[in-house]
Amino acid sequence: MVKISNDLVKHMSRLARIPISDAEEKELAKGFNKTLEVIDNLFKVDVKGVEPTHQVTGLENVLREDIVDDKKMLTQEQALSNTKNKHNGYFVVDQILAED
Amino acid sequence: MKLNELTLKKAIDLIDKKEVALKDIYRDINEKMEEDSKKLNIYLSLDKTAEKKAEEQKNKPLRGLPIAVKDNFLTVGLPTTASAKILDGFMPPYESTVTKRLKSAGGIVIGKTNMDAWAHGSSTETSDFGPTKNPRNPDYLPGGSSGGSAAAVADNMTITAIGSETAGSIRQPAAWCGVVGLKPTYGRTSRYGVVAMGSSLDSPGPLTKTVEDSAVLLNIIAGRDENDATTSPLSVPDYTKNLKKGVKGMRIGICYIDNPKIKGTEAAISIEKAGKILESLGAKVDMVLTSHHLEKGKILNHEHAISVYTIVQRAEVSSNLSRYDGVRYGKDRSFFGHEAKNRIMLGVFGLSSSVSQEELVYEYAQKVRSLYITNFKELFSRYDVLISPTSPSYALPLGATSGDAMFGELQDMLVEPSSLAGNCGISVPCGYNSKTNLYLGLNIMGDYFNEEKILQVASAYEEATTWNSWLKKI
Repeated sequence: MVKISNDLVKHMSRLARIPISDAEEKELAKGFNKTLEVIDNLFKVDVKGVEPTHQVTGLENVLREDIVDDKKMLTQEQALSNTKNKHNGYFVVDQILAED
Repeated sequence: MKLNELTLKKAIDLIDKKEVALKDIYRDINEKMEEDSKKLNIYLSLDKTAEKKAEEQKNKPLRGLPIAVKDNFLTVGLPTTASAKILDGFMPPYESTVTKRLKSAGGIVIGKTNMDAWAHGSSTETSDFGPTKNPRNPDYLPGGSSGGSAAAVADNMTITAIGSETAGSIRQPAAWCGVVGLKPTYGRTSRYGVVAMGSSLDSPGPLTKTVEDSAVLLNIIAGRDENDATTSPLSVPDYTKNLKKGVKGMRIGICYIDNPKIKGTEAAISIEKAGKILESLGAKVDMVLTSHHLEKGKILNHEHAISVYTIVQRAEVSSNLSRYDGVRYGKDRSFFGHEAKNRIMLGVFGLSSSVSQEELVYEYAQKVRSLYITNFKELFSRYDVLISPTSPSYALPLGATSGDAMFGELQDMLVEPSSLAGNCGISVPCGYNSKTNLYLGLNIMGDYFNEEKILQVASAYEEATTWNSWLKKI
């Protein structure tokens, strides 16, 4: 099993978009390695030919008509009711593309 | 006797006979809240208009009686935080299916109860709003993550309550607080409007004073919901109808107590005794041996389930918690607490790192999960129900979770296998320590959608024993 280095923790925090401090990085790495030790027995189980679980009770392809149901929709006011970042009835988001 | 101590069923009966007035029940509950709220930290928010709303619901099935609801159910008009700072002040714009059904049936959500933040834990000590204390003994943890709901019931700060379980979060706090907790089969109750944790596992369910109260609440909340495609289309029986049918002729298997870590503990001994009681009531009771690999007639070691659960649940957590970006609601991702960070990042690991060149850790874990499903299917062809301790021990003292990244997994190890498989289970009090005033729980597990059967066994056991503190008084 892989050992989790501080660098891997840094990489994982980037993937998860969670800012962490250096101290947290060390502490998290320690916790992860402890967890991996506990769960190491997993990788000794023989799963040759076993299908992974997709849905426990066996439901398949639950579909509904593709129609608009306005009872299920939030009004614009409701949708914006919990944000502090709005402008002219829109959410304000961080800029992801910049001119360079 | 104070009226806040009434069970749900008894309260309904007494209201119907006009022997008790709804307003007097609310008076006694309010008094209890004033007395104990500061000490125990059970409710995060309260509906000040509950009593007024209740009067209008008098003719409906739940008669306007109060229900405490875990703070991960969206409730219009009451804040919903899942005990996480990120959601502090969030006012849901829509209602969860479970609370909608309870309200339509005349139930009143009197308040939202404390939990481990995001339901990530088994102690209610990791709430971002401080720990809840066990009303049976405030030096001890109530368990979790539905610890606030279990404690509200145990302390009679409500008539009944609702929680949710991913693996142990209803049954373990029920055991530690000496109440009844039912985790339905995955898909029996709707997850719509519940702050998502592990989407392939989450199951809302009742936390109640008696087994009968669980049956009453399950009747209301169970069933297909068009807003949750994973709910089952199977019809919902009246769970109260055959509740007192007894266990005569039932085949019951005792699980996990041959495990060296469990063998000989008070929890194990209490389950052996429970087996004898069920036998005396006419059931055929066998010991189910533990096996380290899939073997007919034996139960697969719970230790692999801890590992599967750790990988699967954290992967689903990382996916579910990706929506908290601080744009549409809540605060930004720097407000996640330590445990949430820990789980999200471990989830990312399971979804991005490989066991071998072809296989993700997550996929591998889902294969081992399939073995548990096969195992339980085979066992439920031999047995009507399986029993085990709910938790390996009594409630642990406050502070026990500190620094232990695997605390919850180890507390919930005996319920994780059946949770991963999606089976239903109920915990009822089955042991008591008079020195600490704490309880043990008997976990009764059933096949898919066999809630009726586990309720029957639980009810027969409850009636034949003296562990239930409400039945003693009535």
